Amino acid sequence: MQFKTSTAALRDANSRILIDLAKKDSRIVVLDSDLLNASGLAAFNKEFPGRTFNCGIQEANMAGAAGGLSSMGLIPVIHSFASFASRRMTDQVFMSGVYAEQNIKILGTDPGAANSANGGTHMALEDTGIMRSMPDITIVSPTDETMLESILPGIIETYGMFYIRLVRKSSIVVYEAGTNFTLGKAHIARPGTDITIIAEGAIMVPEALKAADRLEQLGISARVLDMFTIKPLDREAVISAARETGAVLTAENHNILNGLGSAVAEVLAEERLAVPFGRIGFRDVLGQTGTVPYILETYGMDAAHITEAAKKLVSEKVQAGSRI
Amino acid sequence: MTIYEKKELDLLAAKIRLQSIISMASYGSGHAGGVLSLAEAMAVLYGKVMHYDSANPQMEDRDRLVLSKGHCGPVLYAVLALEGFFPLEMLKTLNANGGNLPSHSNMHKTPGVDISTGSLGQGSSLAAGIALGMRLRDIQRFTYLILGDGECDEGQVWEAALFAAQRGLGNLIGFVDWNHQQLDGYTDGICGLGDLERKFMDFGWDSRTIPGHDVEAVYDAVVSAQAVKDKPSMIILDTVKGKGWSLTEGKPNVHHITISPEQLTEAENEIGTVIRNLEKETAAARQGNL
Repeated sequence: MQFKTSTAALRDANSRILIDLAKKDSRIVVLDSDLLNASGLAAFNKEFPGRTFNCGIQEANMAGAAGGLSSMGLIPVIHSFASFASRRMTDQVFMSGVYAEQNIKILGTDPGAANSANGGTHMALEDTGIMRSMPDITIVSPTDETMLESILPGIIETYGMFYIRLVRKSSIVVYEAGTNFTLGKAHIARPGTDITIIAEGAIMVPEALKAADRLEQLGISARVLDMFTIKPLDREAVISAARETGAVLTAENHNILNGLGSAVAEVLAEERLAVPFGRIGFRDVLGQTGTVPYILETYGMDAAHITEAAKKLVSEKVQAGSRI
Repeated sequence: MTIYEKKELDLLAAKIRLQSIISMASYGSGHAGGVLSLAEAMAVLYGKVMHYDSANPQMEDRDRLVLSKGHCGPVLYAVLALEGFFPLEMLKTLNANGGNLPSHSNMHKTPGVDISTGSLGQGSSLAAGIALGMRLRDIQRFTYLILGDGECDEGQVWEAALFAAQRGLGNLIGFVDWNHQQLDGYTDGICGLGDLERKFMDFGWDSRTIPGHDVEAVYDAVVSAQAVKDKPSMIILDTVKGKGWSLTEGKPNVHHITISPEQLTEAENEIGTVIRNLEKETAAARQGNL
């Protein structure tokens, strides 16, 4: 399966959409941590220099200052790499954001494998886990520009804490222009009846779709569910997937602990949906340098591994019979 | 400042002390040391300096206060109650089940609390953000920040100091309650802070050190700081931990203490006497007899 590519990387699309929104809404301000040129938000700075604040290399202060700005009625969009937007400012996100019930949009770029050029230090494999442990944060993992275009206005307009995992340089086109997405509702990227692959983000949704193609060659019909809102999780979509396809495989660009796979497992267990279930992702290990394809292959996360895992789950389903 | 004004603020400070102790005693314990060292600063801020409306705590055109040493909530609650934000009786619900006066201040529970604090260091960034927000929204008011001296161990204080200086936030006025002690002992013996006044100066702030229990000195310092338009200001309050109560003043290990009903009675007698004397002096000063 070959994907088209967009002319704009996701970071540039993100800036373009933010600039459009900021032209209409003077409350939107941007804070970055000496990464304006990496985040693509330099374009926002060019358009709105008086509403862009480069904090320097100080993520904790950036998150705290955003809490203060929010309390004054502004809508701060703050950026760092996902590793630092989570690990480096967890207490500030909690105390100055969540606990103070503020309105901050946290942009964490290049989660997981996306930052493998910088290696294990910069690969956020735990950012979703950190964020989903705190109440009232919506976690969003956009798949492509079309989705970002559809959901970013709602993220800005909805009061509250948001964490956006954005793969900066991805330009893969997964969805046709104009497709609408609803925050909190999973999107069926591909229909299927034998198993559901629940995936997130610009790296794993394409891999899941490639795997679904391969599975089709093998006579297995795989549904691909794009769970771009990781929290709050679309429980109904998970329940339907289990009931309608009888097997579930998650695919996330994150540690399999505390991320999408864990969230789905919680629903399956709580709903007594004892279907064959598996998780694709970093298996509680550290990251390393390498290209994205190398990382995905090495850590067992590419389309080939997803295909094998799905095949196995479908065979278990046949052996066990229906248990739901 | 006239003698009458000074006496009036001294009186308010004594009332803040007593009401803080009553509040902490209702729960049985509290951060008495750092609460009592702040009484004069709170009296000057809420008694003379800050623009607010206790009947309309959310009034947009108001000064904001960030009590970054959030564990000293009781001193803020005492002055808010004395200034009419809520009834004095409510001070006896400190840390109560389901109550609205948590030991660390919460903007969504207590009328008059401008921002939630409790994790040390974060108030400095919140205050910088609020001051910047005031500028962006063209609100011509001041943001006041209160830090503890032990709190200055936190790196975030210095991140925020750089951030505020870089943006020339003249509407940000901070205080360090330099009471020389933190939870485990004297600040000099734990993580020596050196010359705080000089440090803030080097970080690009206007900075001065004053006797923190002298209401006139505190007021004059705030007026001077307000006149500094192109940079944030820091006022180092040289204070005594546990000030104004013989049980705690200048004593070691008074960061957090238990308070028995008997000790509350002693405080009511001791500080009650101070209050009655100050009331007489205030009345005399009003008539020009002091």
